[in-house]
Parts: sequence; C-alpha cells; structure tokens
Amino acid sequence: MTQKSLHKRNNQLAQSQKQLEFLANGIFKTGELPTFKNKLKDTGIAPLTANTLEILQINVGYMCNQVCEHCHVDAGPDRKEIMTKETMLQCLDVIKNTHAHTLDLTGGAPEMNPNFRWFVEEASKAGIKDFIVRSNLTIIRANKKYHDLPEFFKNYNIHVVSSMPHWTQGKTDKQRGKGVFNQSIQALKDLNAIGYGMPDSKLKLDLVYNPSGAFLPANQSAMEKDFKSALLEDFGIHFHQLFAITNLPISRFLDYLIASDNYEDYMYALVEAYNPQAAKSVMCTNTLSISWDGYLYDCDFNQMLELPVNSKVKHISNYNEDLLNGRTIVTSQHCYGCTAGAGSSCQGSVA
Amino acid sequence: MQKTYYDPADLKKFSKISEWNETLGEKFFDYYGKVFEEGALTEREKSLIALAVSHTVQCPYCIDAYTGDALQRGITKEEMMEALHVSAAIRGGAALVHGVQMMNKVNKLEM
Repeated sequence: MTQKSLHKRNNQLAQSQKQLEFLANGIFKTGELPTFKNKLKDTGIAPLTANTLEILQINVGYMCNQVCEHCHVDAGPDRKEIMTKETMLQCLDVIKNTHAHTLDLTGGAPEMNPNFRWFVEEASKAGIKDFIVRSNLTIIRANKKYHDLPEFFKNYNIHVVSSMPHWTQGKTDKQRGKGVFNQSIQALKDLNAIGYGMPDSKLKLDLVYNPSGAFLPANQSAMEKDFKSALLEDFGIHFHQLFAITNLPISRFLDYLIASDNYEDYMYALVEAYNPQAAKSVMCTNTLSISWDGYLYDCDFNQMLELPVNSKVKHISNYNEDLLNGRTIVTSQHCYGCTAGAGSSCQGSVA
Repeated sequence: MQKTYYDPADLKKFSKISEWNETLGEKFFDYYGKVFEEGALTEREKSLIALAVSHTVQCPYCIDAYTGDALQRGITKEEMMEALHVSAAIRGGAALVHGVQMMNKVNKLEM
C-alpha cells in the first residue's frame, strides 16, 4: 500500500519530464505501437482542437487525506501545493465572465484548501449552471470540522461527484487505503440523509468508478446497474449516475504499471481499444484545467505532466477565452487513455 | 521456433483465424458476439460462465481473456473462484459418476 506520494519518496516519476520520456520510448519509439499523434492523423482527427469552452476545472491543491494507489495527481497529506486566495480571486474574475456552464473543483481533496468554503460561496454567486465538487467522501468523516460538509454542499446546491472504485470493501480499501470503504459508506449515508443522490432529488450525487488494476473499465451503464443494486441492497445507499473512468498511464498509476510489469500490455490494450468516435469527443475539446498556481492546461492529466496549453495565454491572470478557443490540444501517449473504448472523461464515457 | 505450445501474444491474433477462411471465420465471430450479448442472462453472468468453462476446457487463452473480462466488469476474485469451483465440481463429478459404470462392470464380472 502506498503511504507517501512519489514526490515524498523522491521517485523519478515524480518528475513529469521522466514520465514523458518513459512514455515516448520503448514500444512507441520502436514503432511497435503507433504514437498518439500518428494515430490521430491516421484516423483523420489531427489536429485535435479546442471547441467552445463548456467546463472550467479548477484544481485547488494537491493536498489529500488519502494516498490512493492509482492517483494521477500524486496527491496525499505530504503534498503542500495549495491555491492561494490571490489566485482564487483571479479565478473568480474568470468564472464571472465565462460562458462555461460547468465549474468543476478538484484536488487532492479540494475541501482541504483553507479558503475552499469562501471560494465556493463566492463562485456560487456567478450563477454557474452545474457547480461540481469532486469529494473523496472520506474527508467528510475525517475530522469534525468537515462533518457539516454535506449541509454546506446543500446550501450552495453543489453537485457532489465522488470516487468509489467498487461496492466491496476489499477492492476499495486495496486501491484507496484501509478504512476508506467504511468511511465512504458512512459519508454516502450522510449525503443521502439530507437528500443527496435520492431518486428525483435535485441534489446531485454521482460516483466515479475507475478500475482497480491494469485493465479497462467495462460498459458504464452495466457497471452503474451493478453498483446501484449492490449499494442499495447492502447499505440502502442511493446515487444518481456512475462515471466510468479509464486509469491514465501517468504518475502513480504509471509507477504501478512499471513495477508490476503491466506497462506494455496495458498500453497495447489502450491502443487496441482506440476509438475514433471517442477521440472526437475527448474532454479537452470543451474543458480547461487550471492548476493550483493558476496555469492553464487542456486537462488535469496534462497539468500533472506540466504540458501547458498551446496558446499565448498561459495563466489565469491574463485569461482570454477568444485566444484559447480553437487552440491545438497538446497530446502525448497518455491520451490513449481517454480514447479507449467508450472513451473516458471526468464525466465518464464520451462515445 | 518457440519452445512452448502456448504464446500469450497469440491471443491478440485470434481474429486472424478468419484470414484463411473468411466466411466461416466471420460466421463464428458473429455468433460469438451474439452469444455474449445481454439476453435472458446478463453479460456479467455470461462472463462468469465463460470463465468457469475456460477452466473446464483448460484453454489458457480463454482463462486470460475471461479473467480480464471479469475484472473489467467488477466481478470479485471471490466470485471468480466460486465459479471455478462449480467448474471443478462438475468436472470431478463427471469423473466420479463414471464410477457407477465401473461398479456395474465389477458387479457383473465378479462372482
């Protein structure tokens, strides 16, 4: 079980450059597998460009109370990168002026940012249609100061999206840490108790499923059916939708793939499952990711690989939607993860 | 020439079987695809049956494929092992039930 981030362990994969070098070499360098760029060209999709912005995703810090095995952020209690109030104010200016319909706060555990509640209060005044907070659930039970989070979310009509890798304790705890399953179940019950996730409730509670190992997710709607019946039968828990997300071969998941000798097979599986329909609808075409220090990326994964947007505008302080729309998306081999099968995005399948 | 009969990489080449007889190959894969679609049984149930049968017919390719398929579907290792024991019970039972034939023969031949 991972107890510390790659950064804390001084693992070479803590450096984004090392990850990119690893991904570019081996099976891709020898031509055994086509590079993602060539695959896009071969399927007539290059260059991949950004359409009108619909989703603004803000990462308010890498600090987290969990150290999940697969975490692409390499988040954990030892990560100190936290968005400052000054950067939040710059984000608020953008939120108030953007035409994006969705605001998506993520981390780490976003709730651990000391200015999280203030930011939610201020951002909610902008009248965003869908205001998402990606909560890991256990944070709600981690400390007394977080116990009222469900009520706080309700007050601002927050759409809660939470990770839940499986409906059984064994699989969940193995990936996310001992005790995570029971705490997550309790947190889901707390959310259900005030109306979150209940049938016909406007308080949206969605779960995110990602595979607990070196394999791709199955059909999203079939998984949703299984999750719903198991959580209801075993714990009386309700939720709305399940988003199935493919694990991308970066950061801690890449470290796991290499250490377990699964890297090549996993990349073969991703390339074999490449779906041009999914490639046309990847989330980077309508999403912009803002890092804790205010820099702009095509997605959260590019943020972690330190691959900034291909635009004159690089930072939230000189944000310009017109200049960002139509930009060429920055890609690397990890992008195969979003284009495999039914596709993968922060909102689940795309094709 | 490789020195083992089974190569895991051959599983990826399965579809190439059609190259030497397109008509029959395509018919097989059409049929195969239809068999595993949701019907009276769910795809999940069919995956578990396939996993159990893979062990009964002792097909290493099938075991690899359907272990992966089961994991993708969120099937737990406990469920997988139970399915395998069903396969083992039937296989063991199949051997044992022939013991009746043996007993019949002994009873017939012995004084």
